[in-house]
Amino acid sequence: MTEPVLEIKDFSVAYRTPSGDVRAASSVNLDLYAGEVVGLVGESGSGKSTLAYGACRLLRAPAVITGGKVTYRGRRTAGPMDIMRLGPAELRRLRWREIAIVFQSAMNALNPVLNVRDQILDVIHAHLRISRDEAREKAGSLLDLVGIPRSRLRSYPHELSGGMRQRVMIAMALATDPEIVIMDEPTTALDVVVQRDILAQIVELKERLGFSILFITHDLSLLLELADRIAVMYAGQVLEVGTAQQLHHAPAHPYTKGLLNSFPSLRGARRDLAGIPGSPPDLHDPPPGCPFLPRCGYGTSACTGIDMSLAPVASPDGPGHVTACPFVGPDTPDPPPPAGHPTVTETELAT
Amino acid sequence: MPFIVRRVIFYLVAAWVALTINFFIPRAMPGNAVESIMAKFPNLQPSAYKALQAMLGVGHPGSLWDQYRAYLVNVFHFNFGVDVTNYPAKVSTLLGQTIPWTITLVGTATVIAFLAGTMLGIVAGWRHGGWLDRVLPGLMFFQAVPYFFLALILLELLAVRGHLLPLGQGYAGGLVPGWHWDFLGSAIYHSLLPAFTIVIASVAGWMLQMRNVMITTIGEDYMLAAQAKGLSGRRVMFSYAARNALLPQLQGFGLAVGFVVSGAIVMEIVFSYPGIGLLLLNAVTSNDFPLMQAIFLVITFAVLLANVIVDVIIVAIDPRARAREGAR
Amino acid sequence: MTVALPVSTDPAVVPEEHQQRRGLWQRLPTRAKVGAIMLGACILAAIIGPLLTPYDPAFQNPSPGLSLHPPDAAHLLGTTQSGQDVFSQLLVGIRLTLELALSVGIVATVLSVLVGVAAAYLGGVWDEVLSLATNVFLVIPALPLLIILLGYLPQKGQAATVLVLAGLGWPWGARLIRAQTMAIRNRDFVAASRETGERTWRILAFEIVPNEVSLIAASFVNTVLYAIGASVALAFIGLADLTSWSLGTMLYWAQSQQALQIGAWWWFVPPGLAVALMGTSLVLLNSGIDELGNPRLRDAGGASAAAWQHLRPTDPTPVLDAAPPRRWRTAPRPGGDLP
Repeated sequence: MTEPVLEIKDFSVAYRTPSGDVRAASSVNLDLYAGEVVGLVGESGSGKSTLAYGACRLLRAPAVITGGKVTYRGRRTAGPMDIMRLGPAELRRLRWREIAIVFQSAMNALNPVLNVRDQILDVIHAHLRISRDEAREKAGSLLDLVGIPRSRLRSYPHELSGGMRQRVMIAMALATDPEIVIMDEPTTALDVVVQRDILAQIVELKERLGFSILFITHDLSLLLELADRIAVMYAGQVLEVGTAQQLHHAPAHPYTKGLLNSFPSLRGARRDLAGIPGSPPDLHDPPPGCPFLPRCGYGTSACTGIDMSLAPVASPDGPGHVTACPFVGPDTPDPPPPAGHPTVTETELAT
Repeated sequence: MPFIVRRVIFYLVAAWVALTINFFIPRAMPGNAVESIMAKFPNLQPSAYKALQAMLGVGHPGSLWDQYRAYLVNVFHFNFGVDVTNYPAKVSTLLGQTIPWTITLVGTATVIAFLAGTMLGIVAGWRHGGWLDRVLPGLMFFQAVPYFFLALILLELLAVRGHLLPLGQGYAGGLVPGWHWDFLGSAIYHSLLPAFTIVIASVAGWMLQMRNVMITTIGEDYMLAAQAKGLSGRRVMFSYAARNALLPQLQGFGLAVGFVVSGAIVMEIVFSYPGIGLLLLNAVTSNDFPLMQAIFLVITFAVLLANVIVDVIIVAIDPRARAREGAR
Repeated sequence: MTVALPVSTDPAVVPEEHQQRRGLWQRLPTRAKVGAIMLGACILAAIIGPLLTPYDPAFQNPSPGLSLHPPDAAHLLGTTQSGQDVFSQLLVGIRLTLELALSVGIVATVLSVLVGVAAAYLGGVWDEVLSLATNVFLVIPALPLLIILLGYLPQKGQAATVLVLAGLGWPWGARLIRAQTMAIRNRDFVAASRETGERTWRILAFEIVPNEVSLIAASFVNTVLYAIGASVALAFIGLADLTSWSLGTMLYWAQSQQALQIGAWWWFVPPGLAVALMGTSLVLLNSGIDELGNPRLRDAGGASAAAWQHLRPTDPTPVLDAAPPRRWRTAPRPGGDLP
């Protein structure tokens, strides 16, 4: 078995506010292998962005990294490097060249006063030693890659449509041929049609250029189609990791089950839809044990004593499926819905 | 219509409002302005009386509208009437003698202060939380101190006690103004302390403003993206942060230049500098209304012109401004 | 009344819910507290000062030895050209100047709230007209206009001066309040109130204005600062009631009697310094209010302390070497509960 390109081990991040620490990520373990798409799914505030940006040490004050290792093993680097131990210069060399990011809202992620060509050239000149003419040609070919006419090199961000801006961001991300591309909800701000195009483009580029993707989103249904493996996060902790198949057919954690029950499928038998009642916990003062307990239909007092480590689940779809819940598995029957919580049947939806 | 045309039209409207206010004030204020002038200057000829009346609109011939039109025509020909204290010298002559002094001093000092303050503000904002932040309360003191008071203090310390710089005036007495080195050298020497005062008093304000704008700009998403791209610190600080922060800073300059210029002009009084400031003081003491009104117009137009220049610069560096069209 | 969290003028800034727990005083940065205390001291001096004057400030002591006498036990700050006690004048001056400035602040702030909210809420042609008026008076320099307005007034009494200063001091705040009101107007809770038929003035008074308190406070402080500066400058060139003893008129008399050239520093330094200190306290206070409204301006205190280094905003996230404790605490210690 090959070594992972990115290995996140026991990683914790806190925001140091005057009223106490907010534990945005707690002892997270996650691996990313070459050429695969790993999806990171969770509600707002679940810690998925914190995890991804924290791994690159891009979080702004008052964030501090309170523990863990993030090991990067790229084809170009001499050996494994712990990103937590890098100095500023090495960190700068690592950023973008090895790990690039496609941000959520491209309008805000592009410098409003520089045109597209200058911004792409900035990235190229910062990491590659090529001549000015070669760089210009490369900028042009990058736009070709994402399907934007080269005349747009002279445009400013406000002159481009939302979809075009996002493509420019993707082109920029691939400018230095990175090993890993982190995509932070790249299509959330776009309409559905454009969304589909961009996603198709991303998949095609990945096949062609061979980078890994860490895809952050709150939309699980998207990941079930797109990702090879999926990690489910809640309240700063990873609750379940598995392949898309495993999670779809045999979700193990109660939270994942709840997520899957929250959206209808086009095919299959009619079933009752239920959301997940309640809201995420306050991370200032997290209670011991499982953070999902207050909203969990299976929860008992024993849940306050578990240590949230990920244990394997026996799965017909292969190994690699782990969950943090020691009590519930894919075969555990559904609990009765809590009294008073409305469920929507699919027939009601249709009318 | 393009951004800059809309802005120029706006400034023309503002200039027109200023002119109209200037026209109506003597006619609206209680008391008889002409009488009060005559009371102060019993030697004035009767012809002066009539001229003043015409200018100030008291006991006048013709309708208000006719007077207004005549007034506007006069202003366009730089005819601000006759001066009272130096009758029959024309106001425009007096202004012509003093404006060059003020423009050179105040103009140069303000630009220097703005550039220096902005540069310092860029660094202070970039290093938010660093040692530069510790001088903040000191800077706030300089932002609050009136320019002319600072002038008094500096004059006391450097000229009276320290004998380092001259006590005032524009140039050494006995020299004849002209384009020769003796005069120019003396003029420059005498303008050092006033210029220094203006710079010290106003640099703090520009620095604080730029620092705050930089800090806000650094919080933008594209700054995080720039960091994520592994670009060099200098490139990010200048082309990504400062270049964007410069736009609100320039807008702030446009708003503040009125205060800076006014403060500097009052400060000239302390130095007995031969600029508009002294002229203003004399005009107020002797109720010389024509002169006061002319000074108001001159300062206002200068400030409006400075704003036009600032807007042109903004259009030059902000690609979004060029594209902005339409009503808002 | 629905109260949304304080909104800064920058729509991208997200208000911090957790900060609401701590009292207003604690949330102000140190320098704002210093400013508030200084201002308090000035207000105290303004209130009780004139009751403590050792001499009548207008009393001109004719004895020749006491003209322009440097500070001594009898006259704490020396005397003027005509034998008046500078210290007494200073105490009276602080009160007069502060009274004037605060009055201008109140009137102008009320005006700017009215204009700003009306322009933003009414929209349409009202907005165009009010915005044009605001911008025109913003760009026309205030001091020259004040000079001719006051110059033509035969008596330059306190009330007239307050009105004139306030009449030119409202545009700055009006512009900011208009921008803020437009941002709030479109938020959901206002739309909800409109839908339920709540009357316009009630929406304005109870929903919109309470959410702009920090902006109005900043605007008030700024206007008072402008009023102090403008009134002192105007008095310095003689455009004030020269029989009263405001700080500006003291400076006028000091200048016209050539106090500097004679060396009578005690005549012009105290009033000028008083003006500067009052102004400084206001600027300090204002920077604190700015920070409350715009959290980005706060520095990285907690994180910096944890990492034992001064963190610049663009530095990489610091890594603490201490391992986090295995058990959670039940109550967080202020300032972070990690060593």
